[in-house]
Amino acid sequence: MTWLQRWLPHPLFTGFLVLLWLLMNQFSFAHLLLGSVLAVVISLVTQPFWPERSRVKYPGKLLVYLGRLLLDILKSNLVVARRILFQSDDLKPGFFTYPLSLTDDFAVTMLASTISLTPGTVSAHYDREGRTLLIHCLHLDDEEALIQDIHRRYELPLQEIFDD
Amino acid sequence: MTVSTMPFLLELVVSLFLIAGALFALIGSIGLARLRDFFMRLHGPTKASTLGLGCLLVGSLLYFSFQRGTVSVHEAIVTVFLFATAPVSAHMMAKAALFRGVGKGGPSRNYPDR
Repeated sequence: MTWLQRWLPHPLFTGFLVLLWLLMNQFSFAHLLLGSVLAVVISLVTQPFWPERSRVKYPGKLLVYLGRLLLDILKSNLVVARRILFQSDDLKPGFFTYPLSLTDDFAVTMLASTISLTPGTVSAHYDREGRTLLIHCLHLDDEEALIQDIHRRYELPLQEIFDD
Repeated sequence: MTVSTMPFLLELVVSLFLIAGALFALIGSIGLARLRDFFMRLHGPTKASTLGLGCLLVGSLLYFSFQRGTVSVHEAIVTVFLFATAPVSAHMMAKAALFRGVGKGGPSRNYPDR
């Protein structure tokens, strides 16, 4: 392990923190210094929490994914809003388990967050051994179709992005 | 700070964002009041309120960017963190509720038995 690797285990994360600090404050040399110290210390302290290094293989595809996610969030909000306002008494809520084919921890986190942000679903439990996600759905109509939809829309692109 | 007059179009866009944001936040709250069990109520804060706040922040971003003449990045940062953290808190609440057996025998089907 080189000197640099020991002090900067996650260079991207450290850089992100410095940038964040500068964006939140007026730019000055003092803030650059303080931000850098904080960024290095925080990335060292949080290092044990990083499960393993996840590699984003295709950043461009990640951007496309995030863009589509934003659209889906808008759409899902309209759907959920309509259900809350007009059919809150005929809703059939329920749980279902989603079989994961992703293995990368960070990719799974992304998928679970995506599921929580989109149409009427909230991820409730991640079973690491059985490799499934437990998902609660506001209106569970057709379980199979929903699983297929999540797989096609989100899991496959994530698989490509992280080359999992 | 001198308040410079904004072009009508920008004013319109900012107002639209504010109204949309307020509406979504309201719907989220209605959901919180009307839905029947814990897991259903969880859907309100993760979606409607997140997007509601997102819209408000975009409105604020446009307004202050114009007023100060520079891009106001605080709102953008807040939005990003909001969208990144809301699912995590929802996930943790759902996990805790499952662990304690909240809502067992309620309207939600296929309640996992563990």
